[in-house]
Amino acid sequence: MAQLKSSSDLVKVRKQVLSRRAKKRRISVNASGTCGLAYSSDKVCQALAAEIEKQGLSDKVELTATGCLGFCENSPIVIIFPEEIAYFQVKPSDVAEIVSETLVNNRVVDRLLYKDAKGKKIVNAGDVPFYKNQSRIVFGNNRLIDPREIDDYIALGGYSALAKALGEMSPEDVMDEVKKSNVRGRGGGGFPAGAKWETSRNAPGKIKYVIVNADEGDPGAYMDRAVLEGNPHSVLEGLVIGAYAVGSHEGYIYVRQEYPLAVDNLTTAIEQAREYGLLGKNILGSKFNFDVTIHCGAGAFVSGESSALMTAIEGKVGEPRPKYIRTAVSGVRERPSVLNNVETWANIPLIIERGAKWFTKIGTEKSKGTKIFSLVGKVNNTGLVEVPMGTTLRTIIFDIGGGIREGKRFKAVQTGGPSGGVIPESMLDLPVDFDELTKAGSMMGSGGMIVMDEDNCMVDVARYFLDFLADESCGKCVPCREGIRQMLFVLNRICEGKGKKGDIDLLEELSDVLSDASLCALGQTAANPVLSTIRYFRDEYEAHINEKRCSAGVCKDLLSYYILPDKCQACQICLRECPVDAISGGKNLVHVIDQKKCTKCGTCIEVCPARFSAVVKISGEPVPKAPPQGTEVIRSKAAK
Amino acid sequence: MSKAKKVTLTINGKDVTATEGMTLVEAAKEVGISIPTLCYHEKLAPYGACRICTVEISRGGRTRLVTACVYPVEEGLAVKTDTPEVKKIRKTILELMLASAPTSKTIKEMAREYGVSKARFQAEKTNCILCGLCVRYCHEVKGANAIGFVGRGIKRRVVFIPEIATTVCASCRECFSLCPTAKLSSETDGVYFDGLTLDNYLDVR
Repeated sequence: MAQLKSSSDLVKVRKQVLSRRAKKRRISVNASGTCGLAYSSDKVCQALAAEIEKQGLSDKVELTATGCLGFCENSPIVIIFPEEIAYFQVKPSDVAEIVSETLVNNRVVDRLLYKDAKGKKIVNAGDVPFYKNQSRIVFGNNRLIDPREIDDYIALGGYSALAKALGEMSPEDVMDEVKKSNVRGRGGGGFPAGAKWETSRNAPGKIKYVIVNADEGDPGAYMDRAVLEGNPHSVLEGLVIGAYAVGSHEGYIYVRQEYPLAVDNLTTAIEQAREYGLLGKNILGSKFNFDVTIHCGAGAFVSGESSALMTAIEGKVGEPRPKYIRTAVSGVRERPSVLNNVETWANIPLIIERGAKWFTKIGTEKSKGTKIFSLVGKVNNTGLVEVPMGTTLRTIIFDIGGGIREGKRFKAVQTGGPSGGVIPESMLDLPVDFDELTKAGSMMGSGGMIVMDEDNCMVDVARYFLDFLADESCGKCVPCREGIRQMLFVLNRICEGKGKKGDIDLLEELSDVLSDASLCALGQTAANPVLSTIRYFRDEYEAHINEKRCSAGVCKDLLSYYILPDKCQACQICLRECPVDAISGGKNLVHVIDQKKCTKCGTCIEVCPARFSAVVKISGEPVPKAPPQGTEVIRSKAAK
Repeated sequence: MSKAKKVTLTINGKDVTATEGMTLVEAAKEVGISIPTLCYHEKLAPYGACRICTVEISRGGRTRLVTACVYPVEEGLAVKTDTPEVKKIRKTILELMLASAPTSKTIKEMAREYGVSKARFQAEKTNCILCGLCVRYCHEVKGANAIGFVGRGIKRRVVFIPEIATTVCASCRECFSLCPTAKLSSETDGVYFDGLTLDNYLDVR
């Protein structure tokens, strides 16, 4: 690799790569992303490479191991260009057919196509409902990029935004453009990135830092991992542009150690960028110097908080410190430090390349651009979804997500992780942007979206998040540490059926102290899951406290399992499977659960054949008296 | 060095001239207004953990709650140290502390002052409010680092580091008198040293 000395060198490389590939057919497999690897995409990729070789197509086909393609649960995913034929859940044994049918004979392998809800097969990736309703401006390039090949990124126009910034714009121009774009921080708070940059630029001090926050830790959220693993250069390019605007020459990428593939791909990307001279001294002949260091986090959720992250970079324990002087003025080693999230940085090259005008056309009045969400939980299509700000929850969950699993009823969606809250069914038409979510008592957070159905207990959900925070708070300040401890006591007792009158008020009172008096944003927002569940599902709290009833059938202590005597067909499956031998009965005899022995593990309800459905959950009312021993079953039609 | 810049502000309506870089706790002290503190110590760097020094500040029409031990004085700031909201927060914080340190004289006295009559929260008696005075004093003043925090969240606690404690603590024990719950002097009874008191652990050495 030769050093690129100017933007025309960059153009030259791009042209070389494009001409080298001009006559080749592209085939992508998501084998460089964690989700794909979990489904053995690497095996599919190896099989493809071998088969392409075997069938003598090496000169005609370019195989690309890409990062995450979003539709994770249908991995391994294979996309063939230029038609964009998409195959899902591909196995190594399918590979020979794909190569000989599609690559050689231009025929589609029907059985590997996506089938929509009505059973209709879809050939083109872009027509799959999951993709069709998205705008993948940040995330979409993943499918054409092997993250370990900088040339793939350059072929798509990568680093031309950097060339434009360094060659045609002053640092002030760059900053103005970013300010005009009004891009807000994708990591949680939604603070305007341009304003943050300006504060740092104007802050006194020669040494300034720009930092990527890749300490993604919300349960169920993995957008940043997918961007870092799949398109690391987009983040690097954004970072260098930011450094140029701010006047920084050193940067950090703070990435969790639990993301080994992201660290690997990023390390390779940095090495390749250095070899091309896109990092280092005199970048693209502009006399601008910048380089970056990867800092691996040691596994603390709280280290995603800006001051804690910066303390950790200094080599100390990642604990937040008071931020009455902003980190943009006094951050790492008390020097001006600009910290933005992975996705924010990945937006910067697009803004510089296409202009703030283009960017501000996407989104809502105060939230511009797109946002990547991690759509998980009880939804049919789980995966990563990128949509314009202002897209409604209904579009995301039903059009893209394909609705709720097993035809169950949507109950709520939890956004923003442990700092966010739940949003109920009545607000499905809420346009998702920073301000609307905050108004609804939740927040954007980094983009986690956990869909819940009728089987989720909202008190239990609140308890789950507080339990998470009880471990993940740093424990430094009293309101957060002791407040969470006490709120967790209260929630535990409500779930155990020992809730008292006044407990809801107590939770609300403690929430106030947490949000008013905690040291950092973790504590200040920790009560949101509790407050929002009380706000929208107060009846569930009251049912737990007053009637000792958990309508979702989740809270074990409020629950009994009961076998309906008129439905039991004495198949003896539950009797055999019960791990504590709590079920009695026998051939032709109605089975009975001994409530004293029962540990409420739920095995019986799971194993009872669906055509009998004889086991039920009972909550909030006494368990009916069991039939006398030796009662014979009433044979149903289903049993015959 | 140039003479430090002066800043004027009001605390509870009283005009105060302070030196730039001072915290609100220090500025208030100079004019005889006392703001309650627990994790604050004049020899140590501001820490802001107990939050008992929470006060209300307003400037330019915006009012918010901050901790006085770390907030620096600002020109034109109006500080109120005793509003009903501030008092309520302090009261709840003290109640929370009482749940961990129900026998601490210092905490009990402060709690009484803020109208706490009986314990409302479930006790989780550790006799430590994790103010970190011992840890920070040992680090910042003594440079010994014989005591430190371990764990995170609700599992955070203070421990002596045996390898260091055995060599330096016997002749120092300066942290004992700093402890607002008297835990260090009364309870070094095996929690840290496998069934040995600090004294006989030191003797064993």
